[in-house]
Parts: sequence; C-alpha cells; structure tokens
Amino acid sequence: MSDLEKFRSETRAWLQANCPPEMRRPMTSDGDTFWGGRNTSFSSEPQRVWFERMRDKGWTVPDWPREYGGGGLDAGEAKVLREEMAAIGARSPLSSFGIWMLGPALLKYGTDAQKKEHLPKIAAGLIRWCQGYSEPNAGSDLASLQTRAESDGDDYIINGQKIWTSYANYADWIFCLVRTDAAAKKHDGISFILFDMASKGVSTRPILLISGYSPFCETFFDNVRVPKSHVVGTVNRGWDVAKYLLQHERAMISGMGERGVGRPLGQVAADSVGSDGQGRLEDPMLRGQIATFEIDEAALSAAAERAVDLAKAGQAHPAFSSAMKYYGTELNKRRHEIVMSAGGIDALEWESERSKGGARPRAWLRTKANSIEGGTSEVMLGIVAKRILDLPGA
Amino acid sequence: MALVLNQEQSMLRDSARGLISDKAPVSHLRQLRDARDASGFSRDLWKTFAEMGFSGLLVPEAFGGSGLGCVEAGIVMEEIGRTLMPSPYLATAVLAASALSRGGSDAQKSQYLPKIADGSLLAALAVDEGAKHRPLMTKLQAVRSGNGFRLSGDKAFVVDGHAADLLIVAARSAGAAGERDGLTLFLVDPSAKGIAIERTAMVDAHNAARIVFDDAEVNADGVLGEVDQGFGLLEGVLNIGRAAVAAEMVGLSEEVFGRTVGYLKERRQFGRLIGEFQALQHRAAQLYIEIEITRAAVLKALQTLDGDFNRAGAAVAVAKARAGSTATLAAQEGVQMHGGMGMTDQFDIGFFMKRARVCQELFGDSNFHADQLARMKGY
Repeated sequence: MSDLEKFRSETRAWLQANCPPEMRRPMTSDGDTFWGGRNTSFSSEPQRVWFERMRDKGWTVPDWPREYGGGGLDAGEAKVLREEMAAIGARSPLSSFGIWMLGPALLKYGTDAQKKEHLPKIAAGLIRWCQGYSEPNAGSDLASLQTRAESDGDDYIINGQKIWTSYANYADWIFCLVRTDAAAKKHDGISFILFDMASKGVSTRPILLISGYSPFCETFFDNVRVPKSHVVGTVNRGWDVAKYLLQHERAMISGMGERGVGRPLGQVAADSVGSDGQGRLEDPMLRGQIATFEIDEAALSAAAERAVDLAKAGQAHPAFSSAMKYYGTELNKRRHEIVMSAGGIDALEWESERSKGGARPRAWLRTKANSIEGGTSEVMLGIVAKRILDLPGA
Repeated sequence: MALVLNQEQSMLRDSARGLISDKAPVSHLRQLRDARDASGFSRDLWKTFAEMGFSGLLVPEAFGGSGLGCVEAGIVMEEIGRTLMPSPYLATAVLAASALSRGGSDAQKSQYLPKIADGSLLAALAVDEGAKHRPLMTKLQAVRSGNGFRLSGDKAFVVDGHAADLLIVAARSAGAAGERDGLTLFLVDPSAKGIAIERTAMVDAHNAARIVFDDAEVNADGVLGEVDQGFGLLEGVLNIGRAAVAAEMVGLSEEVFGRTVGYLKERRQFGRLIGEFQALQHRAAQLYIEIEITRAAVLKALQTLDGDFNRAGAAVAVAKARAGSTATLAAQEGVQMHGGMGMTDQFDIGFFMKRARVCQELFGDSNFHADQLARMKGY
C-alpha cells in the first residue's frame, strides 16, 4: 500500500469515528455555518464537537504548516482529505475569510512575527476577519481606491470609507487596502495593512440588500491609528499582495456552488412538478435544463480538480482562477434560476414559516452578487483575454 | 488519480502530434476529398500508425498490442481531432479492439486482435439505424437458422463501413425495440451473400456507409459475447467510443480556437487589431473557459473508464455532451470571427465546423447524453 493509500484509509477511519452524523447532512440555513471569532457561539453541540476535533487535528487548515496550527498535509494528502470528507458529506468545520483569503497571503508575504501572531488564531477560529477592498468610487477599478494612510511616527492614521465589507459588523480584524503614497501612480501607492475592528474610529453600517439580508457593510475609518508594523509585504507594493489574495478569493467564490449543496435538483423539481410513469419529470423543458446544468456542474467540478493537480505539477496559469470564478459564479446563478423555476409559485413566498422565511427567493437573490463580488464576470473575462490569451489592447 | 497526463502519456501525445501534424495536416483531408479517394484515408499512413504501435494501443499484450487504456486512446484521438485526419483509428483500433477484447472468445481474439494491432485488418461497428443514435431501438432482425442466424435490416452511419474487412453488427435476436434484453452482437464478413454496402460521402469528407442485410447468414462462431445479452457489451464499447470522440472534439476545439485567436491578433479593421475589441475579447475568453472545462471533463471520463469501467456512464455522458456543445460553439465562433474568410472553402476553418457536426451525432448528441444523465440520476 502506498503512503497515500495508507493515509486515505486512516483518514476514512478517523472521519467515520469523529464526524458526528448531524455534520454529514447538507446545510440548510446560515446558522449551519460556523465562522469563529471573539463573539461566536455554536448553533449546536455536534457543530462544536466537530469543529474542536478538526481544529485539534489541524484540519481546519489541512495544508498549512503545523507550527501555525495547520495539519501540515502535502497537496496530495489535502486532496485525499477533501475527497474523503466529500464522500461522507462532511461539512466544513470552519468558514473563514482568514482561511480562504488572508492566510494564503500571509504565508507568502507576511513576516515571521505576523505569521506567528495571526495564523494560529485563524486556524483555531479565534479571530474572524473581514476584507476592506472596495470603495464607493473603486469597484471594478479597485486600484483607484482613496482611503488614505498618513504617516505619524511609528503609526499610520487611516481615514476613508470601504463598502461591500462582508460581515464587517461581526468581524474582529480587517485586512485593508490603503493609499500610502498619494503622488504615485494608482497601482504604486497602495499598502496592505491589518488592524483591529475594535480600534477607535472604526464604524460599520450594514447595507440592506435585495435579499432582505445584510451580509455586506459600509465601513468608515475616522483617524484610526495603526502601527506601521501591521503592513503586510512592502509599503506601497500592497497591490501585489492584493492581487495574490484575489486569486484565492476567486477560487473560493467559484467553489461556492459546491458548498452547502442541498438535495439534488432533480428531486427538488420532482416534488413540485411531479414525475411520469417512467420517473421522468412531468416538465420536459425543465428536465432538460436541469440535466444540462448538471453536466456543466460535473464538468466544472472536474476542472476544479484538474486546476489543483495542475498547480501541484507547476503547470497552472496564475490567472486561471479568474476563469474558474467566471464559470462557477455564472453556473451558481443558473442553479438558483432553476430552483426558482422548479418551485414555481411556492418559491415566491417571502415570509411564511412554510417557506422558511423565504429561504429560496432570498438565496436566489443572493447569488446575483456572485458574478459581481471579487471581480465582475466582465473583469474576469478581461483578465483571461489579456493575461492568458495575450490579446492586444488596454 | 491526478487529472493531468503523466510522463509516459505526455510522451505518447508528443509522438502522436509529431506524426499527425507532419503527415496529415488539414491539407491531407482536403486532398483526399478533392481526389474523391476510394478509401477516403491513407493506407500508408495507417501502416505507419501500426508500426508506431497506435493501432494496438487497446489490444492486450497477449494479442500483439500494448494493452494500454482509454486515456492513451483519447490522447491519439485528440491529436487526430487537431488536424481532422481521416483514419481507421476510431472504428478499428478503438471500437473493434474494445468489442473484441471485452466480449470475444479466445478464438475470436486470436483470430482478429493481432491483425488489428499489426494494421492488416479494418473493422467497423454497425449500430445506428434511424436518423438519431438510439441503440436500444435496434430493430435489425437476427433469426435463428440451422447452426447460426440470418440477419435482415438496415444500418446507417457505419463509420468506415465501406472499407471494413469485418463488421460488428448489433441485431435484435429477441424482444422488441426499446428492450435491453434480446440484443446480440455479430461478427460478420462484409463480403458475405445478402450484404449490400453503400459508401456515404458525408459533409465532413470522412467515411461512413449504409448497409442493407437481406437474409445474410452468420454461423454460431460469429456471435460476439452472449446471445440476447449483448446490450451490456455494446453499451460499454459505445461508452469507450463516446469518450474517444469527445477527446477528438477537444483537439478539434482547441485547434479551431488557436487559429481563431491567432486571427484576432493579425486582422486589422478600423485601424486596429480586431483582438483589441472587447466584444471579441470576451467571446474568446468565454470560449477558452468552455474548452478548458470540457478538457477536464473528458479526461475525467477517460480515467474513469480505465479505473472504474462499470460506473463510468455518468462521466461519459457529461464528457460527450460537453464536448459536443463546446466543439459546436468553437466552430461557430471560429467561422464568425474569421468573417467572410471563414465562409470560403479555401480556408480550413469550415472543415472543423463540418467535422464538429458529425462528431456531435456520433454515438449520441448533447441532448441524447443529457437525457441519459437525467435517467441515470432518476428524474
């Protein structure tokens, strides 16, 4: 038996023994996701048990080094773990922008002190992070951001406004892009800096979205004092860190459709439109849409697997995450259009108990942000055209 | 298993690409078409394929082949797709080799497989009867007669049927059209009495035939696999063929895409390269993404056939459906972005569109496979 096969059988046995049955069921509500942080609580006992067992194993961040609270797995082992978790439908024990976005950037650009300070707290779910990127006048043109950090001895004084800051009202710390050189060209005067959301001068205001939820905030900085040692990477070279992090963010968003998947679409549709004597959906056009969707979903899943394997083999194009982000988000929007169509008028209820408070239409509306957040579909296509296809022009 | 080619597979790809791009660029197909060549492919080149071991890739080592898998066969098909090379490879080295090695008796294997590997025997699989691929609907009658059977009925879209030395025929020996039970596969000598073969020149200048069986005799030795229980064998062989054609379409899509992006970088209108226009950039980027995703799905299907054959149906349906729509899109975008030039016969791009259309229909189009997937998933 190869080492990897041995690892697989050990992992399978460990998951069998340690993943509570409740944590193997599809997530049905936002409360099923555990985000960690200073003010967090578990929504159930199995959620706590599962999180703590995975944390103790280092498997909230399986491929991070052990010294930072990770599992120290290589790419092959991490893939095996993902496969074995998927095989039993195990939920992710911890959801975190620290894991998906900041961690990889810190591992690449952080100082030893920064890694030691922040990574173990991310791995253990002690600190919840938010992302300060977009501003009212810096959306797709992110590098035109205006939030400024002015030097004052060993500190910066930060003033400005961020927008679309996901869960800023729940976050403990923020990783933030600020302008440290107002005279430089727009990409050259940006720094990547970390600070505590409890700092004096930080305030947040949730934004009510079309879904009726407020996952995003406006975040304001009024003379916030931050030590210069909190800059990640080189001062004024924050755009490099920002772009590297965006690749991870895009990979995360492209995988959104795969997470928390509930019942198969065919069954969802059968419940509302019914089936004929041969078990086929009574609505043949809907049936075709679902099958075509599932074909594209399976193909995307193969492409995601291949992207990891290519990266492992050193053959990945760094801009490929933009391709995956584009496709994954457009596909997820399609999924929810199908769910709405399959549900018909039942999927239109917004408040009733029966509709779980309008879970379906709210989730449908939420997905419309997928192809905007983390870089719009149009920006992704532009990146693919220029960086991968090498097409000419601006 | 990693969804990338290993070192041996990359070497196979390089050697196939070297040979095919050198000996059979698109101009090779054009010459055969313009000359109305009697076989429609180059027999010399088929000999070279055998010498390089390609024709025996799927033939077990005991019968003179190299006993490799579907991934390797897919690699050769992808290179064939890049230049649209007309070749007996699919019908003989993929379909017939698979059917014989999976379903043949020892005697049948010994008789045919070494000749497939050494390039001296061409074979064809006769399944389709109507306008669309519906293997379960097979009606061609096999009636017991003495020691064997008599076949009556029509087959169409038999790839390489005009040149084959051996036909593998799906026939109904019991039951009614639509039933799984009652199908039998037969090994038939195409020169036997009662068989009329009409070569059908197709839109893509590749080869196929219509075959009429009129009380054609087959003796019991000609049964491949079990009488009345041939559908499982046929379905397995078809799945290999579907994944192989999907691989051909990946090669085709990539080639037509590469040519199109190249054109965007050299054609000037309105005083600039047309590749500077965002309308075209975004379409090119979308097509690139479709192709990359399809490539992964096809490799997944080929690997699943090699690793878990009996559970590969869903992956194959996904691959063939995706490859069909991707190749269709690539060819359409290719012609459109080449403008008026894309409409000329002189320009190669139209050949890709024609071949994509034929590959769509081969062994089930995208709609067929979407329906298959829905059935497998129970809705």
